[in-house]
Amino acid sequence: MTTRTYLEYSRPLWRRLLLNREAAVIAVLVIVVLYALMNVQYFNSKLTLTFLVLDVAPILLIALPMTLVIVTGEIDLSVASVVGLSSVLVGILHQGGMSIPLAAVIALIAGLVCGAVNGYLVAFVGLPSLAVTIGTLALFRGLAVGLLGTKAVTDFPQGWTDLAKAQLGGTGLPLITLPFLVLAVLFALLLQFSAFGRGIYDIGLNTEAAVFSGVDVRRTKLILFMLTGLVSAFAGVFYTLRFGSARGDNATGLELQVIAAVLLGGVSIFGGRGKLAGVIAGVLLIGVISSALRLQGVTVNIINIIIGFLLVASVVSTSVLAWVSDVAARRTRQGTRPPQTPVGVGTQER
Amino acid sequence: MSATATEAPETHDALVEPSSLSPRRRAFNNIVKSREASILLVLVVVIAAATVKTPSFFFSGNSWRDLLLTPSILLLLAVGEAVVIITRNVDLSVGSVLGLTAYLTGRLFIDHPGINIMVVGVAGLLVGALLGLINGVLVGWGKVPSLVITLGTLYIYRGIVLTWAGSNRINASDMPSGFLDVGTKQILTIPVLFIVALVVLVAVGYYLHTARGGRELYAIGSDPDAAELYGLRVRRRVVSAFVLSGALAGLAGVVFAARYGTVSSDAGTGIELQAVAAVVIGGVAIFGGSGTVWGAAIGAVLLVTINRALPILGIPDFWQQALVGALIISAIVLDRVLNARRARHLIESRDNS
Repeated sequence: MTTRTYLEYSRPLWRRLLLNREAAVIAVLVIVVLYALMNVQYFNSKLTLTFLVLDVAPILLIALPMTLVIVTGEIDLSVASVVGLSSVLVGILHQGGMSIPLAAVIALIAGLVCGAVNGYLVAFVGLPSLAVTIGTLALFRGLAVGLLGTKAVTDFPQGWTDLAKAQLGGTGLPLITLPFLVLAVLFALLLQFSAFGRGIYDIGLNTEAAVFSGVDVRRTKLILFMLTGLVSAFAGVFYTLRFGSARGDNATGLELQVIAAVLLGGVSIFGGRGKLAGVIAGVLLIGVISSALRLQGVTVNIINIIIGFLLVASVVSTSVLAWVSDVAARRTRQGTRPPQTPVGVGTQER
Repeated sequence: MSATATEAPETHDALVEPSSLSPRRRAFNNIVKSREASILLVLVVVIAAATVKTPSFFFSGNSWRDLLLTPSILLLLAVGEAVVIITRNVDLSVGSVLGLTAYLTGRLFIDHPGINIMVVGVAGLLVGALLGLINGVLVGWGKVPSLVITLGTLYIYRGIVLTWAGSNRINASDMPSGFLDVGTKQILTIPVLFIVALVVLVAVGYYLHTARGGRELYAIGSDPDAAELYGLRVRRRVVSAFVLSGALAGLAGVVFAARYGTVSSDAGTGIELQAVAAVVIGGVAIFGGSGTVWGAAIGAVLLVTINRALPILGIPDFWQQALVGALIISAIVLDRVLNARRARHLIESRDNS
């Protein structure tokens, strides 16, 4: 027998490209968009697009670094609190007479520090990220509420609040699309086309093996948590200017929406698997469904149910498919998969 | 080894020298040195400090009642959450389950005037158990991580309440006074709702500590694969943990309605993270296999009490949440330090023998 290369043993290229989670989410997104364009009145207007993107922008932004964190098998629940803290900082510093750009830079630095606290506790002290970030969720939100109380800062200069809502030429896309695209490309390069990114996947698949193959696990995790803090703070600055209001309770509960979108986009909660394209499609899918339903006069409430069903269905379908192929494989006696036991939050060592 | 021990004939190889203390003394030492005792100490210090500053915090009748009554809801949630976390899972849907059964409670009283209070309580418990069963079946048979499933059902269950209730609100006037009295009634100065929570806590705590099923939950949490190989019915146990957590959240919903009298569709939003926080503060490892519901219950009481005590201690309301966050982080750091020390002691005693 002639020797066959590794690639010839795998599935054909077209199947690898088309039959995966990311492609499935993108396909669903395309179908929903086409359906909405044809059946939902006003969905094709520019204003719909503007508000759709403005609404999902914070989730889109934070989902980028969150994907990387979840691929390493960790999680960050404190992002919404960092959004709130950065929002409050911008408000207070503006009230104190500081210019918006300078206040924004200080808020970004604060976000970086928040991320460093998470990263240090997780990577260097070795604590489970789920527990640590529940703690910092309360801590950072507490700082935000403590600094501003129940007051709100709303007297932002018109120029800046208009800028947050401005459109790119006549396209209907808001200005926030530009920084998002830049970040998306940067994070995609970092995750999918760099040695650092291969290390991220390695850590998620097998931390011990990653250590032995020379990945600096601690440094990688610290950097990822810091990036998450930084981007969350940026989302906070945008959030503040978009709504023209800095409050301690801004964006409460956003963390679960971000995580739901990331998981919907095909990222495994155990780490080691997932791509940014799927995540971005997942966030947009939620945005498009919410926006289309709202245009049809469906109450906002039903959106919760749909997001929940999508999330459950997307993960359960994977295991149903695995089970089907398992049965098929057993029938043809080509070997079986090892039994998978359900485990909860992660498979990291304690 | 002491001189007498070397002279005596060696009958067996003990790994550890038998303790010279009496069993009663040993049990006492274990309790005092336990993780739960340290968190209880913090709770006592908080209450004592607040009482010294304002004696009515502890000694006035109303405050004493609130001290026990307010934590009852979180206590019920924390007990269920602890059981789930011990199996190396997590249940994020408890807040939505609470909201659903709290609204259901009000609805039952409005739609069926004169309905028996016990029937309503059982209905809340059963609906909660059913919602927990859905979580458990999806986790057990879907072979999907519970964090993802319960995040999904968090949205679904909350969506159901939001759609069902809309902007309706259940008011105290909609519910019979007999039911609302349960929220304030006291037996020997102890609120009835706290007694309910306490009975649940003791029952679950006793089961976990002594029953075979309870010990299996710990085994599953320590190593799910090993538990499977050992022949434990992992799936069935995990499902029952979720059913328990759902049922207790359902009961907590009924308690919520009795305690506050008003229920809107956002009742219990975000309380799931508080329940997880209480469990973590109480010393249950987030990756399962260790910890007790006693600790989780004390953690829940501490979380609620600290929120009421801080303003008295002169710390403005606004900073409470930050302190709670700091408390959660110090609790997990403490666990880490204690675990490291225990591991070192075990290695030393092995090397010395």
